[in-house]
Amino acid sequence: MLLAAAFPAVAQEAAPLTAQPGDPARGRAIVADRQRGLCLLCHPAPMPEERFQGNLAPDLAGAGSRWTEGQLRLRLMDSRRLNPDSIMPSYHRSEGLHRVAPAFQGRTVLGAQEIEDVVAYLTTLREEPPR
Amino acid sequence: MRRALALLAALALPAAAQERRSGFEEMSRESQAMQRDDTANPGMLWVLEGEALWNRPDGASGRSCASCHGKAEVSMRGVAARYPAWDEASGAPIDLAGRIRQSRESRQGAPALARESEGLLALAAYVAHQSRGEPIRPPDDARLDSARARGRALYAERRGQLDLSCAQCHDDNAGRRLAGSVIPQGHPTGYPLYRLEWQSLGSLQRRLRGCMTGARAEPYAYGAAEYVEIELYLAQRAAGMAVETPAVRP
Ligand code: HEC
Ligand code: HEC
Repeated sequence: MLLAAAFPAVAQEAAPLTAQPGDPARGRAIVADRQRGLCLLCHPAPMPEERFQGNLAPDLAGAGSRWTEGQLRLRLMDSRRLNPDSIMPSYHRSEGLHRVAPAFQGRTVLGAQEIEDVVAYLTTLREEPPR
Repeated sequence: MRRALALLAALALPAAAQERRSGFEEMSRESQAMQRDDTANPGMLWVLEGEALWNRPDGASGRSCASCHGKAEVSMRGVAARYPAWDEASGAPIDLAGRIRQSRESRQGAPALARESEGLLALAAYVAHQSRGEPIRPPDDARLDSARARGRALYAERRGQLDLSCAQCHDDNAGRRLAGSVIPQGHPTGYPLYRLEWQSLGSLQRRLRGCMTGARAEPYAYGAAEYVEIELYLAQRAAGMAVETPAVRP
């Protein structure tokens, strides 16, 4: 309650982008894919089989207990709305960008259904990382 | 006020200089050993080729670089450490590779060497190698100030579909891991250098293009003023650090 008052943006949520519910297995594959999700470049995640995980962002383990589905979705779609200085790319925004390479112009990093899949996977990550 | 600021800057420098780390420090022991040992460092092949080109007459003048400059060990010592520099002819900053191209065309009368061509990389490696161990000394030339400031702004500017700036990785997250690689502080000390991933020597501009395409941004064309501006800022940021050419990087 106190936190929400201090950081009102954190309490914001985003509604589902598609009618079809996300598929956690597909979401997991996107998170692990270094050309599609790119998540592991920055985040560790509870995927012991994936080597070379980044460590410049919070561990995704436990993300599903720290945030609601709607908060996770908003964070993924446009992290800059929550923290303008965030290094995390906005996965569902294609405007307001500078010098985008021609192959990526006008395209978002992930499509709407892919966002739903990743959100569905993240909500399954209930266990905090070991300390 | 001016004096107080200058004093502050002087006091702040040593600490900052201590905290700066070359990408060399982030490498495996094996890669460090490869860079240190001239017989194992693949970059030395380009240095040797550069030496041959330095001494070979070419072009309408029928002269070699050595005909005008003599021994590179003497005349080129410390030169790379103060580039990019101001170019009177074009009234703009120029980097070392740009200067070599210009000298070849206008003085030697030889055919232009394309950016990133083997010949230009070899000559640049040979000339920069003469500064190995010398501290980077950006010229104290006010004509460079505005370009250097633009370089600093380009370094801080977010770009590409991933909307990342150089500063977010190399200032805010240096030392952390981006997937398998430790993010270096991004100092230009080793160029041109041999990169294992390229299996070749490459220029600083090639490295900058790589970082830009990594952010899914459109890189500038080789030789663009923007690169020289970023190079000016990087040299300023690395002032006092030792030249390593030819370095090795993963
Ligand atoms: C370039 C770096 C980068 C990439 C790529 C990235 N993130 Fe992030 N992410 C961050 C950082 C840094 C934070 C910490 C909060 C902030 O700065 O916005 C964060 C925060 C988060 C959070 C909240 C973490 C918490 O529990 O506090 C989640 C969930 C998340 N990211 C998921 C993802 C997913 C899923 C992907 C890929 C589809 C991804 N991120 C890609 C850098 C990144
Ligand atoms: C998403 C992170 C990221 C961004 C953004 C980025 N870089 Fe890099 N940069 C890296 C990594 C990682 C390496 C080291 C790669 C390796 O050695 O495998 C690197 C290497 C470098 C190096 C070589 C350092 C050496 O020791 O040889 C320089 C110089 C550099 N970057 C400058 C820049 C500039 C200038 C920009 C902006 C135009 C930029 N980088 C943007 C991650 C980034």
